Amino acid sequence: MTEVLRRYGPVLTGVILLAVAVWLALLVLLPQLMMIGFSFRPSLPPSKIGGPEDVFTVRNYLTLWTNQIHLSIFLKTIWASALVTATTLAVCYPVAYYLAQVAPKRRLPLLILMLVVPFWINELLRTFSWYIILAFNGPLNAVLLGLGIIDEPQRFLGGDAGVIVGMVYVYILFMVFPLYNAIESLDRNQIEAARDLGAGWLRIHRRIVLPHAKPGIAVGCIMTFMLAAGSYAVPALLGGPNSRWFTEIIYNWFFEGGNWNQGAAYAFILLVLCIGFILGAMRLFRVGLADIAK
Amino acid sequence: MTAARFRRLLTGAYLMLFFGYLFLPLGIMAAATFNSSRFPTVTPWMGFTLGWFQALWEDQRMWAALGTSLLVGAGVIALAVPLGLAAALLLDRLHSRAKTVLYALMVSPLLTPGVIVGISTLVFWREWFGVSGGLFLTVVAQSSFIAAYAMLLFSARLERFDPALEEAALDLGATHGQVFRRITLPYLMPAILSAALLAFLQSFENYNTTLFVRGLDTTLTVYIATKVRTGLTPAVNALSLVLIALTVLGAVVYEILRRREARRQAGSVTA
Repeated sequence: MTEVLRRYGPVLTGVILLAVAVWLALLVLLPQLMMIGFSFRPSLPPSKIGGPEDVFTVRNYLTLWTNQIHLSIFLKTIWASALVTATTLAVCYPVAYYLAQVAPKRRLPLLILMLVVPFWINELLRTFSWYIILAFNGPLNAVLLGLGIIDEPQRFLGGDAGVIVGMVYVYILFMVFPLYNAIESLDRNQIEAARDLGAGWLRIHRRIVLPHAKPGIAVGCIMTFMLAAGSYAVPALLGGPNSRWFTEIIYNWFFEGGNWNQGAAYAFILLVLCIGFILGAMRLFRVGLADIAK
Repeated sequence: MTAARFRRLLTGAYLMLFFGYLFLPLGIMAAATFNSSRFPTVTPWMGFTLGWFQALWEDQRMWAALGTSLLVGAGVIALAVPLGLAAALLLDRLHSRAKTVLYALMVSPLLTPGVIVGISTLVFWREWFGVSGGLFLTVVAQSSFIAAYAMLLFSARLERFDPALEEAALDLGATHGQVFRRITLPYLMPAILSAALLAFLQSFENYNTTLFVRGLDTTLTVYIATKVRTGLTPAVNALSLVLIALTVLGAVVYEILRRREARRQAGSVTA
């Protein structure tokens, strides 16, 4: 602290501390705490707030257990997000490995740019592109019909499968860059040495590349899972009434059910799920927080 | 040797598939813009048209939504960039456990689902200040995590900063304000520009957080989502195509600037 003061002087230090305090307290911490506190209180009309009925309660959390539909949507959100995460990891690993270790240096900038560009494009637009592909009269049905794989057009939109396919597409780039960054720092000589000593490619990946890529795998999985579990755009566009996502239930509590306390409880459950996944991944891959936010 | 060739072929095929997978959906979406079908699709092809661009041009609500997005973007730049800068300046001078804790707190919004950022902001501001959803809350909610992106950008640049420059200026009698204005700020200028650009793009494309705090205001991204669900026409594709073209242009410029900067850094190290 004394070094901060020495470097920036009293006025600037004051401004810096004030700004950081405003950000962390007013924009990050207090809203989260408020939301949590809010979730432990009953939903009451304004006249009764602060009255005898305004007590601490866990009723909002019990709702999730008693409401079978919400519980099954919650569980589906978990396994579907895990599936999205695993799929993106499997798809991206070969690409990341190729870019980081195999690709010729002069071709690399173009390839990276080809990954960066879709990454910048609005998530909603990338989702929308799949809306067109999966539509009842869309190109996917046309191609499958043309190839004779199906006899009549299928409804791809409005089901869980469409939502999961869309999510893999939308969040795939959050997996490929962390993987690439991690594998890139691996010394190519290690791979050469293993090969010279007779290791097959499977063993090279299992014993050298994968262990080295652990931090990248952790970061990619954390980001992808968090984005998938917290996604609203993809299920809203590609899903239907039968494929609702947990975030849609939360939204409905706020803007259709008008029960903010209940919505806050569900939101906190989602947050706990994501924190749990982050801690689990950090333990599993033995990485620290500093590795994650790079 | 044939095994190696086979593997190379396989790798090439996989890469083609992967990049095809990345770009084909965007290509189909773009192509649907020029189909004169009333619904955005490429099958069946009903003939070439540019009419959907005109329909887009005449869409008043689209222009209003664009105006809202630009306003929110400007607000986020004005709020999130200074917050991120202050945070990076503070972190740069801390060397203790406090730094680890602060850092974890600062990046936590990036690991929080966007809907939760929106919800917590909405609840907090209504309960404490009686402020309900709208432009102001949208700026505040978006800034709470975009400031973290800005902080990471500034921290990366400050890591390469030579503190001896500030030291020397102070020894020569400059005031702290002068040192900040004449040395620190000019050094950080490229990072300020990229942080502003990043902040704007993040704000512009944000959906999950905005949805909860927007009140009755509609940003362009929210408008597109509404159009897709109710009243979808290829005009939405026309809009998507324009936005993608702008994004690609922005991404390419950003990459070129970043690489030039990286080369300059590398050059100054070897010199």
